[in-house]
Amino acid sequence: MRSPLIPEMATQEVQLNETLAHLKTESETLKSKLEEERAKLHDVELHQVAEKVEGLGQFVMKTRRTLKGHGNKVLCMDWCKDKRRIVSSSQDGKVIVWDAFTTNKEHAVTMPCTWVMACAYAPSGCAVACGGLDNKCSVYPLSLDKNENLAAKKKSVAMHTNYLSACSFTNSDMQILTSSGDGTCALWDVESGQLLQSFHGHAADVLCLDLAPSETGNTFVSGGCDKKANVWDMRSGQCIQSFETHESDINSVRYYPSGDAFASGSDDATCRLYDLRADREVAIYSKESIIFGVSSVDFSLSGRLLFGGYNDYTINVWDVLKGTRVSILFGHENRVSTLRVSPDGTAFCTGSWDHTLRIWA
Amino acid sequence: MSTKPHSSNNIAHARRTVQQLRIEASIERIKVQCSNKPVSKASADLMNYCSEHARNDPLLMGIPASDNPFKDKKPCTIL
Repeated sequence: MRSPLIPEMATQEVQLNETLAHLKTESETLKSKLEEERAKLHDVELHQVAEKVEGLGQFVMKTRRTLKGHGNKVLCMDWCKDKRRIVSSSQDGKVIVWDAFTTNKEHAVTMPCTWVMACAYAPSGCAVACGGLDNKCSVYPLSLDKNENLAAKKKSVAMHTNYLSACSFTNSDMQILTSSGDGTCALWDVESGQLLQSFHGHAADVLCLDLAPSETGNTFVSGGCDKKANVWDMRSGQCIQSFETHESDINSVRYYPSGDAFASGSDDATCRLYDLRADREVAIYSKESIIFGVSSVDFSLSGRLLFGGYNDYTINVWDVLKGTRVSILFGHENRVSTLRVSPDGTAFCTGSWDHTLRIWA
Repeated sequence: MSTKPHSSNNIAHARRTVQQLRIEASIERIKVQCSNKPVSKASADLMNYCSEHARNDPLLMGIPASDNPFKDKKPCTIL
């Protein structure tokens, strides 16, 4: 017995297929119109505009401090706003807070998991956040009493369904932004552990994130194994811009100090600069001789220099405007896995698979 | 009889695809309406920022050892 609903469904299906075809055409037309418009604006490259800019001289940067104490690969580090303290995390499950001036260890926490891939200092300097293979991001308030067991006050904030790759406090100690191997980023309330917003759009693991400088508003950029760098609106959860020019995983993203652009470092051995208002890649920092992936990038205070930590144990320093390399720094005995410039720009710190951190100035 | 669930699956799938494409089309429309800056103007902005802040960039300018806490020549005492 034939169901009387089948003819209706058939009509519906035909109508939907028509709408589908129509929308596909509209979508294709809009996409090509967009490309046309964008191509018109690509009138020149950044390094061409920067030809008249004075070249940079020789740079002498050396290791000024070596922080020893981790028992295995250093995976992540972050500076405290006081410009002297540093938090670092390692494959051995340890999270250490250092005084970079004296190289003294001030706090140490042993996480219940190995591969603590992410750590961050709270803006107040009173807490640190970390996580990794435990799929969580936990916050540890830092006690002035050195004897106090930090693990006792631990607060579990974020829960992902795969490893935590990066974390960052927002402008206060109250909210944390996380990225994960589960392909999402998320914004959490620290006090309650509540998920405030989630960000879906990456097609694979998200490896890194960076918050826009506070003057530029509520956005952040993330990079992933899908070779995409996405810019997100923190309030709506929408992806507002997306860039896909890298040829491999994007390991690191960092905003240019003005907030108008961001740099990325990738396993394809290049760093790139994307301008948000031009909505395109405007520079690529590469050399034929550099064949190992970039793990971590950061800008100097003025944005003129871009520091890149590489898997070939070196740090390459790039002239952001001219696109040329101005220095190559040696010292680490294994991959450089993390790199951050200090808050006042007087130095930068690198962490390595050689178990150490180095301060360069 | 067996085509009934098959048809409704098709419809549900088609509806989702239509929805997805409508979202994409609205994003594309917004992008086309937004005026992007030409690379020359955007680059000029980046250059200006660099030059304005260059003198306050310690790693760029190099600051004397006396001003940089990491460059101090005094030996560290281990207490």
